[in-house]
Formats: sequence, C-alpha cells, structure tokens
Amino acid sequence: MRRAVTIILLIILALGISRSLAKIPFGAHKTKVGKYYINEGIEETGATNIVTSVVLNYRGFDTLGEITVLFIAAIGLGAVLTTNVKGETRKIQPASLVLYTGCRLLFPLILVFGTYIFIHGHLTPGGGFQGGAIIASGFLLIYLGCRERRINRVASNLIESLGGLTFVLIGLLGLVFGSYFLLNFLPKGTANTLLSAGIIPIIYIAIGFKVGSELTSIIDNLIEES
Amino acid sequence: MIIVVSFLIVLMLIGAIAASIFRDLISAVIAAALVSLIAAILFYFLQAPDVAMAEASIGAALTAAIFIIAVRRTKRYEE
Repeated sequence: MRRAVTIILLIILALGISRSLAKIPFGAHKTKVGKYYINEGIEETGATNIVTSVVLNYRGFDTLGEITVLFIAAIGLGAVLTTNVKGETRKIQPASLVLYTGCRLLFPLILVFGTYIFIHGHLTPGGGFQGGAIIASGFLLIYLGCRERRINRVASNLIESLGGLTFVLIGLLGLVFGSYFLLNFLPKGTANTLLSAGIIPIIYIAIGFKVGSELTSIIDNLIEES
Repeated sequence: MIIVVSFLIVLMLIGAIAASIFRDLISAVIAAALVSLIAAILFYFLQAPDVAMAEASIGAALTAAIFIIAVRRTKRYEE
C-alpha cells in the first residue's frame, strides 16, 4: 500500500518536473544578462573564460559565500571526528609495490595538473574549485598508496586560512581603491595572456590553495578515524 | 553523436538503478561513481567543461572515496 502510494507520488512529481522543464528554451539566448556577459564579458573583465568572469567578477560575492559554506563543512567535520588518539598506533597494512610505485609516480603529475587548472582559470575551463578538488584527489591517492604518510595539519590549516584571508583582503582593497567590494582594481592587461584579468587569477590561486587544503583535511580526518 | 549520447544516458540510468538495488554497498558506491563520470562526459558534450571538471573530480573521485571510507566503518552488506 505504502509502496503504491510512493510510486504514484513519484510519477506525479516526475510529470510535474518534466512539464516545467519542457517550457525552458534550452540553448536559446533568452535572458538579457546572459547576452550581456557573452558580448561584454571579455572587454570588461579581461578573462577569456566567461564562466570565470561571472564566478569571480560579476558574482564574486556569491563565491565568497560558497567558500564559507565549504569552510564551515570542513570545520564541522573536524570538530565531530577529531579525537585524541595520540597514544594508540594501529598496525597499518602496507600497500602493494605496484600501488606504492604508481602512486608516487602519479602524485606529482596530478599536483602539477591541478595547479595548472587553477592558475589558468581565467583563460581555460576550470578554476580554483576544480583545481583544488584535483589536488585533493592526488592527496587521496597518497593516502591509499603510501599508507603511513600523513599531511602536516598545521600547515594545511595555515594554507586554508591564508587562502580565505587573501580573498577577503583583495575584496576589501577594492573598497580602498574604488567604490565596491571585490572591485577589479588591477590593470586588465591584454586578454588571453597569463598576466591579465586583474585580480581574477590572484583570487583563483587563493581559492585553489584553500579548497585543496580543505578537501585534503576532510579526507585526512575521515581516514584517521577509520 | 545522438547515438553516443543515448548510449551514455542508458548506461547512466542502468548505473543509477544498480546503485539503488545492489545489496553490496561498495558496489553501489562504484555504480554511483559511474553515474557521476557519465554525467561529466555529458556535461562536456553540452559545452560545459568547467562543470564537467568539477563533476569528475568531486563526484567520481572524492565522493566515492568518502562513501567507501564510511562503508568500511559500518556494514558492507545491506540486509
């Protein structure tokens, strides 16, 4: 009985969602603001990746909120999971030679790739969040392959805090040099070069470090506990 | 092109159904990671490489790892 009711409710929900989704004109330039970003984004912000110019320039304040959410999640997880397990050292089963060697070989490449993604966030697809996640997956590989290695928690927390501070300070400098928070006060430079787009690459590098260290510390907390 | 996309969507649906009916939770997590991976490929086809990158690294790698760690702490098989 309950099953039948659930299935009927789900079918009604699916019908409603599909009917409302069918009304959205996918692929059409419908909104004025979307057209504006596509036409004027490159000249106004200097970033050739329009997604980045929206995320960090037009909607930079929202990004600050997103980072804060991630920060609070990491803090909460750390508060729940961190316990005093100083004295007890469990026997860790070492990984096989193939896994160990493979991880050590792949780890620097993954790190370089993640760094490339967030440094070139204003030119090519990607950015601080993606690069940070890739770096964290590299550290996950190290946790799986080199079982006894641990990250330095103090350094990780320091990098995380410095990344967040850099973002907020650059935003406040916008208030000093101009009129509003997160104003792009640095020269834009020529588009499609590495040193362009003003404050966008600096903020994305800060976000990359911050997200990478945050996700790594989440993984560290979870693995330490298990 | 449309054949490739249809094949991927069918594979994604199979992965999603498998994730919900598997009794072995590790297999269910792998099936869910497959759904994320195919979603990333579809995002790339829809010309959203930024989202595809985030989906592949977070959805397929980090979330699966966190779920596997959680399953290891609890029970592997569902009753």
